[in-house]
Amino acid sequence: MSEAPQTSTAPRAPAPQVAHAPIEGPRDAKMRTRAVNLWYGDKQALFDVDLDVNRHEVTALIGPSGCGKSTYLRCLNRMNDTIDICRTEGEIYLDDRDIYDPDVDVVEIRARVGMVFQQPNPFPKSVYDNVAYGPRIHGLVNTKAELDELVEQSLTRAALWNEVKDRLGDPGNGLSGGQQQRLCIARTIAVGPEVILMDEPASALDPVATAHIEELIDELRRDYTICIVTHSMQQAARVSQRTAFFHLGRLIEVGETNDLFTNPQQQMTQDYITGRFG
Amino acid sequence: MSTLAGKAQLATSTGAAITVFVLLLALAAMVWAGVPLVLVVLAGLGASGFVVGRARAQALADGRPRVLHSLPHFHGWYLALMVFLPAFFVWVALSIAQDPVTRTLVLNGLEERLHGAGALAPSATFSPQATNFYYDEVQRAAHGESLVVERVERVGVLGDAVDRGPLIRQIREDAGRYERLWFIGDGLRLVLPLALAGFAFSFAARRLATDFRARNRVEQWVVYALIAAATISILTTLGIVFAVLFETLRFFGKVPATEFLFGLQWSPQTALRADQVAASGAFGAVPLFVGTILISLIAMLVAGPIGLFSAIFLSEFASSRFRSWAKPLMEILAGVPTIVYGFFAAFTVAPFIRDLGDLVGLDVAAKSALAAGVVMGTMIIPFVSSLADDAISAVPRSLRNASLGLGATRGETMTQVLLPAALPGVIAGFLLAVSRAIVVMAAGLAANLTVNPLQAVTTVTVQIVTLLTGDQEFDSAKTLSAFALGFVLFVATLLLNVLALYIMQKYREKYD
Repeated sequence: MSEAPQTSTAPRAPAPQVAHAPIEGPRDAKMRTRAVNLWYGDKQALFDVDLDVNRHEVTALIGPSGCGKSTYLRCLNRMNDTIDICRTEGEIYLDDRDIYDPDVDVVEIRARVGMVFQQPNPFPKSVYDNVAYGPRIHGLVNTKAELDELVEQSLTRAALWNEVKDRLGDPGNGLSGGQQQRLCIARTIAVGPEVILMDEPASALDPVATAHIEELIDELRRDYTICIVTHSMQQAARVSQRTAFFHLGRLIEVGETNDLFTNPQQQMTQDYITGRFG
Repeated sequence: MSTLAGKAQLATSTGAAITVFVLLLALAAMVWAGVPLVLVVLAGLGASGFVVGRARAQALADGRPRVLHSLPHFHGWYLALMVFLPAFFVWVALSIAQDPVTRTLVLNGLEERLHGAGALAPSATFSPQATNFYYDEVQRAAHGESLVVERVERVGVLGDAVDRGPLIRQIREDAGRYERLWFIGDGLRLVLPLALAGFAFSFAARRLATDFRARNRVEQWVVYALIAAATISILTTLGIVFAVLFETLRFFGKVPATEFLFGLQWSPQTALRADQVAASGAFGAVPLFVGTILISLIAMLVAGPIGLFSAIFLSEFASSRFRSWAKPLMEILAGVPTIVYGFFAAFTVAPFIRDLGDLVGLDVAAKSALAAGVVMGTMIIPFVSSLADDAISAVPRSLRNASLGLGATRGETMTQVLLPAALPGVIAGFLLAVSRAIVVMAAGLAANLTVNPLQAVTTVTVQIVTLLTGDQEFDSAKTLSAFALGFVLFVATLLLNVLALYIMQKYREKYD
């Protein structure tokens, strides 16, 4: 679990040198990645991925299993650093800051770019302590009253407050699967991130809980920038504004969700969304 | 049947040849190792039973494996077990019974015969000891050894009411009976098992059929074998506990339990004669308990932090390359024999600590509790570290990711998430390590009642060794006190283990 800045071994040349689209002004992009290549040991998992994640939008990453969409998502808050054999090259900007720059503190990046995982993973602590975990370690609040307020606010935003307000002291892993996942979202929100990454957040949930989460994602878009990996094309169509299609580690096509699903530019995308492979 | 077996064997003749060769080799090894010939033959029969049974089943299936209820090798095992096991048990039973039965038959009506032969004075009786001696003499005569009564004028156990001449004649006569009976017994031990094996072979071989449930029967045998193994381990444990318990109760018959458990004076000298100096021993074991607890505490202070910190480092912070050689290396420490640690404590650590004490003007005993505790702590570091490492590594990766994903550092993740989740396992491992380490030999002998780590104290284990070393009468209070100490140790270790298991059970499912 080494987090040494081994990820940026290549000399960091200024962006325009690469034969990719030059980085333009702020446009609407919250996060921009350019020429991202990633290796697990000798095996290359991502090839030259250029992708923007726009502010106050939901960007969905779709593609068959093993296409690199989760790996790409994990680059955006450097969770891949926790994998020993993983090596990343390229530029990933949060606003105008390259998050793989050696000067950047990974802890700060992960506080600004939160993550919700595929399996609900609440800590074996109370509901309250789960939400209070982030604010406590980052020292976001000074008094108990402020913390109480932040916890309530976060749970409310995650549409969970009404269900758990009377049992904040109960263990978080005693909730139902859907509630646990909303608890994890509340826990992420409590840190006050700018971007929320979601790795198939509803794949372990039943249809009702999934609908809950999808509504919630749409709500959260107003305050946060969201990037979501999903296996379900219906889900991508329902919740996202932009969709990116990955295949074998390459970004095949990205566009407005409506356009991509109704009028894909690439044959491969067409085949995938019509269920011809994948 | 033999033609069927032959057919099947032809198909895999090379494999069969190798099997037969290995089998013969194994049988030869058994003979060489001194296994009775009957058993070797039985094993051979069993093995051939397997081969025949399997071949028979294959022949029954005739290329359609699905028609068999059980796979061919289960038929083989069924036949092998049926041939070997009953015959083997009969052999064991006969072997156990042979001596007592022979003895009873040889000694039957001994007193009347002795009276009749004039070997024993008419009104005199033969004591059990004398009977034992007589039987020994009969065996000696039967094995062609010289008799004690021929060499010695007067044998104590026989008393004065015997006449040696007729007695020796009687012994020789009974030796003849003994030899005949023993010969018959040997014959039975040879013939009965082999006959049974042969009968079982033909009986079981005839039962094999496509719908015969060989698998269920073989599996039932396996279950019996497992039950037997479990029973043996449980019974052994119970036996040891009760043996120690009875000796302890005998000790408490001589020395009151309250004096033993609460007495402050330990000097277990009991006099051989009543008029000796220091005739009464003192059996107050409190100094021993205090010494043991003191050394264990010091050991925990050493092993706890070092073991835990090394576990934290190895599980979370070390690179996998470092971990891959550091962890095995540290676990080698666990393989060092305890006695080596004892030497280390006595010859290296203790003098070092004494010299260190001299430097700062402290008076340290030659075998201080500190030295013993430090060495004992060193000894259990690998256990603590390894068990704590296991507990930390067992915390699901998802919790680690959750914490890191919220922007927690690895240190915060460790203290806030991993350690709390792993704590039950860590504590349990710690207690297990301590209960192991109570067996410490490095302490001194002087039973001082003190909690000063710089003085010499003694421990329960050291005293047990001291008490049982050398020639001792086995019913003196001094010897028996060792059992009482052992019993206390057993109870203490048991309680620690129960506590460890309880903690593990109670909190185990927390992060599931």
